[in-house]
Amino acid sequence: MSKEHEKGMSLIVKTITRLTVGLILLYGIYIVLHGHVSPGGGFAGGVIIALSFIHLMLAYGKETALRKLSKAAASFFESMGAILFLGIALLGFTGGYFFLNFISKGEPFKLFSAGIIPLCNIAICLKVGAGLFAIFVALVLLKFDSEKR
Amino acid sequence: MAVYLLCLVLFSLGLYCILRKRNIIKIIVGVIIAEYAVNLFFILVAYRMKGRSPILSPDAEILNMVDPLPHALVLTAIVIGLATTALLVAIAMRIYEKYGTFDITKIRELRG
Amino acid sequence: MVELYILLIFMILGAIVAIEVKDLLSSVVAVGAVGLGLSIVFLVLKAPDVAITQLVVEILCLIILIRATLKRDLPFSTSGRWVFNTFVTVGFIALFLFAAMKCLKDLPEFGYPAMRVASTYLKEGLSKTGATNLVSSVILDYRAYDTLGEATILFTAVIGVLAVVRRIGRKRVEEKIKEEDE
Repeated sequence: MSKEHEKGMSLIVKTITRLTVGLILLYGIYIVLHGHVSPGGGFAGGVIIALSFIHLMLAYGKETALRKLSKAAASFFESMGAILFLGIALLGFTGGYFFLNFISKGEPFKLFSAGIIPLCNIAICLKVGAGLFAIFVALVLLKFDSEKR
Repeated sequence: MAVYLLCLVLFSLGLYCILRKRNIIKIIVGVIIAEYAVNLFFILVAYRMKGRSPILSPDAEILNMVDPLPHALVLTAIVIGLATTALLVAIAMRIYEKYGTFDITKIRELRG
Repeated sequence: MVELYILLIFMILGAIVAIEVKDLLSSVVAVGAVGLGLSIVFLVLKAPDVAITQLVVEILCLIILIRATLKRDLPFSTSGRWVFNTFVTVGFIALFLFAAMKCLKDLPEFGYPAMRVASTYLKEGLSKTGATNLVSSVILDYRAYDTLGEATILFTAVIGVLAVVRRIGRKRVEEKIKEEDE
């Protein structure tokens, strides 16, 4: 056993995690992108994406997960999501008012339809996912004096 | 009408837990239960008898859909509830680190 | 609608277990059971968006609460003063239920909502926004201000957690206080 295997959980958990974490991430992205045609949307998809990183952190320890998505990157993505959402809203002023659906609607029941709604879904997904991951990282990194002993 | 009453009973259980218990984690549990009851109440108000979910289908026209507006309100409220729960948990962990207990009466005695 | 009543009674029993059990970990797991039951109730009430969100949020909530309860000792003691507290609590809840019963009479009957605003959304949602998921069109097009406010609240909550948890600032303040004392 090398030193890397000692951190995190046992080998079984790590193997299963390696196989499933990509699928969970893909499922989250699918739910976000299809938010305007089927049930789902930015909130649920964002939480699923955050859960995939949390899954990685629980199984492998915090170093591996923070190498994939560091705390600075999480805070960058959260601010990015907020600015993207506000920017889409402000771009509506080109046609008249705040939150105007300025892109053409397209054909219904297709992936590329509904104007700004998929873009807003992506922005909210970034915001929710990165924000909840940052909260979880902050709570995990908080070590007590009583727990160190 | 009985469904609304069961929902109110759930809210009252959460309220009882908030007012009566001394442990901070139990108080957080009470807040979570009350929040669930409020979300459930919104969705119950939105339900229409023999209704369909508010998602259009390409082939058939659906007539009796449930009300989509409370669904949208609850969808945001659930995520806000998670964030506020995390904030409460962080404050509770800080209190445990400072005072060494979760009991609110002991915290009151140990003040200063 | 029999399954709705069964699920609601299951949720109430789960809530009673969560409130009354002594062990904190069992209490938190019982809250998880209540949340998963709530997810199935949303599915029965034809709200699939809310059901998906509730399911994933419940899992994350459970992880955070278990993180808070691990390795904690928690005594439960009741002294004499808390009997009075119980009476006050029960009286308050009885008052609340009485007021709520009065208010319930003004609500529309269960299963027949007054859809004044929503009928417009249902009729014109597809032609005006192009989204076939009408909940999504309400969230991000008709009432996008709500979502903007939600994003603000989430941002505030994240900043609050980071400010409560961080440790560097507190130490500096303590050092300053010590220096002032000296």
